[in-house]
Amino acid sequence: MNLHEYQAKQLLAKYGLPISKSEVVASVDEAIHAANLLGGKRWVVKAQVHAGGRGKAGGVKLVSSKDEVAEVAKNLLGKNLVTYQTTAAGQPVHQLLIETPCDIAKELYLGAVIDRSKQRIVFMASTEGGVEIEKIAHDHPEKILTAVVDPLVGVQPYQARELAFALGLSGQQIKQFTQLLTTLGRMFGECDFSLLEINPLVITTEGNLLCLDCKLNIDDNALYRQSELRGMRDISQEDERENRARDWELNYIALEGNIGCMVNGAGLAMATMDIVKLHGGNPANFLDVGGGATKERVTEAFKIILSDKNVKAILVNIFGGIVRCDLIAEGIIGAVAEVKTNLPVVVRLEGNNAELGAQKLAASGLNIIPAQSFTDAAIKVVEAAKA
Amino acid sequence: MSILINKNTRVICQGFTGKQGTFHSEQAIAYGTKMVGGVTPEKGGQKHLNLPVFNTVHDAYRETKADASVIYVPAPFCKDSIIEAVDAGIKLIICITEGIPVLDMLQVKAYLANHPDVRLIGPNCPGVITPGECKIGIMPGHIHKPGKVGIVSRSGTLTYEAVHQTTELGLGQSTCVGIGGDPIAGTNFIDVLALFEKDPQTEIIVMVGEIGGTAEDEAAAYIKKHVHKPVVSYIAGVTAPEGKRMGHAGAIIAGGKGTAAEKFAVLEAAGVHTVRSPAEIGRTVAKVLESVRA
Repeated sequence: MNLHEYQAKQLLAKYGLPISKSEVVASVDEAIHAANLLGGKRWVVKAQVHAGGRGKAGGVKLVSSKDEVAEVAKNLLGKNLVTYQTTAAGQPVHQLLIETPCDIAKELYLGAVIDRSKQRIVFMASTEGGVEIEKIAHDHPEKILTAVVDPLVGVQPYQARELAFALGLSGQQIKQFTQLLTTLGRMFGECDFSLLEINPLVITTEGNLLCLDCKLNIDDNALYRQSELRGMRDISQEDERENRARDWELNYIALEGNIGCMVNGAGLAMATMDIVKLHGGNPANFLDVGGGATKERVTEAFKIILSDKNVKAILVNIFGGIVRCDLIAEGIIGAVAEVKTNLPVVVRLEGNNAELGAQKLAASGLNIIPAQSFTDAAIKVVEAAKA
Repeated sequence: MSILINKNTRVICQGFTGKQGTFHSEQAIAYGTKMVGGVTPEKGGQKHLNLPVFNTVHDAYRETKADASVIYVPAPFCKDSIIEAVDAGIKLIICITEGIPVLDMLQVKAYLANHPDVRLIGPNCPGVITPGECKIGIMPGHIHKPGKVGIVSRSGTLTYEAVHQTTELGLGQSTCVGIGGDPIAGTNFIDVLALFEKDPQTEIIVMVGEIGGTAEDEAAAYIKKHVHKPVVSYIAGVTAPEGKRMGHAGAIIAGGKGTAAEKFAVLEAAGVHTVRSPAEIGRTVAKVLESVRA
């Protein structure tokens, strides 16, 4: 789960970390009110969307009058912001962060991820702030400093000092950075982060550290124990169909093709997309119906697939395993009858009672095409989508 | 021979009296697995499926001398259950549960580093099966057949696919190991490849990977150096978009890294026989075996 910048900053503030003064607003009036509250002569207006690249896309503006605050707010609120990280439709802007600007002497990068091969949380810091970490890693890998965290003891102050000296910090900044890094290490564990990025971490002209932007991702598997963070979910930033699927414990991801796929198991679902592509077709989605392919869930899965108007044919690929294929066939027949689709549905059932399942499908009187094998299913659905 | 488990492996189940634990223990017993008991706190002293139930893994181990434990407890309690099993003296722990917080797994792995004689398989995996001898996990037993192919996979249903294809061709399997679809796994490809390399029954290895992480790259480097048996590999997710989690917590292309194309390339460079169609795993295995014999 992703957080908005304003939510991430609220969390940083709760842990006593340095951020700019700011107000989150949802209307033009609130934006002007926020500018009044903050005072000063200049403000930064930042669109709150779950995507990077906001600055280049016009989602972050520095303004120097309240009229401009109103104008920028009016232009952004209720619109979709398209950045290089979003789809062509962009992400809806429902909130803005109005922030007091700071005078920047230097921009640094600070981030943390779970390194899968080290099996540790790894902090990364660089003097090349304000740039994407992937770009730094590509252009200047030697400029990425790392601190590997032992999960049994957490971030130690010496690790922070090592990074601070290597970043060229001095004086009070060393203490500030140590406080920052050890606190972020604690937050990472307490809040079940899966990714953390402060980019840029700035040194102000007064010589203090300040977290100017912050991106946080929370581990979905840990949301059960993060009730406060769970409440910060903004479903307007997420794909509607993916959310509907999640309510049914289905895993759905929209793609750009025209062959709908319904499969049990994540690996087999990916493999099904791949084999469709290999035989000249284009998958419209990834969909894992999970182990219990019951009529109710299969019906819901069909509804989600059919809500994508690009879909011209559907491939159902179920490896029966322990569940009997004739029972799954009944579920599929019931679901196809209920959703009343005329699109061709190619079904491959494998496992227990597969032949009986295929017989039932063939005798259903619906537009269901039983397939003899995995490859046969792919060939048949690609043909059906072309017809 | 086989790897990890055989007909003599004594198995207990944690989460024994729950729905999953009950169903899959019944299936395991029917398959011939030597189930010797189970653990459900506060139900100690009862009988379930005609086997003793214990309050703690320590009690279960003391009474049954189990070699292995299979875990079906819900995700929020798995860290506790895995560490309990280690502490009690179980040497092979197979965690089926999906959805364990990744930070819990980091702690589990750090704890396991002090117990080099304990092997954890999973989590988020179908388990391990030595066909005809012992089934620990949720895989359908009937599709397997004792034989010469060792299978290791990050995906459950794709393992079944590889099993089904090699059974149809009469090759059968030595042991099948599901290492699971999570970003942090108890056992990785390399551990299992090393076991198959040493196992006389295994003549050829099938490795099924998927997008995300670098486990396949590390496996490729290991195969090049240490594995002399032929390896056939399929990687799922050629069509997966970047930045999206494809069902498995670990199946995500991040920052352009972990694509299927990249993994296919490093495996090919290491001399692995790669398969582009998931329907051709079995036939490729048969072909490679023939060419080895010729």
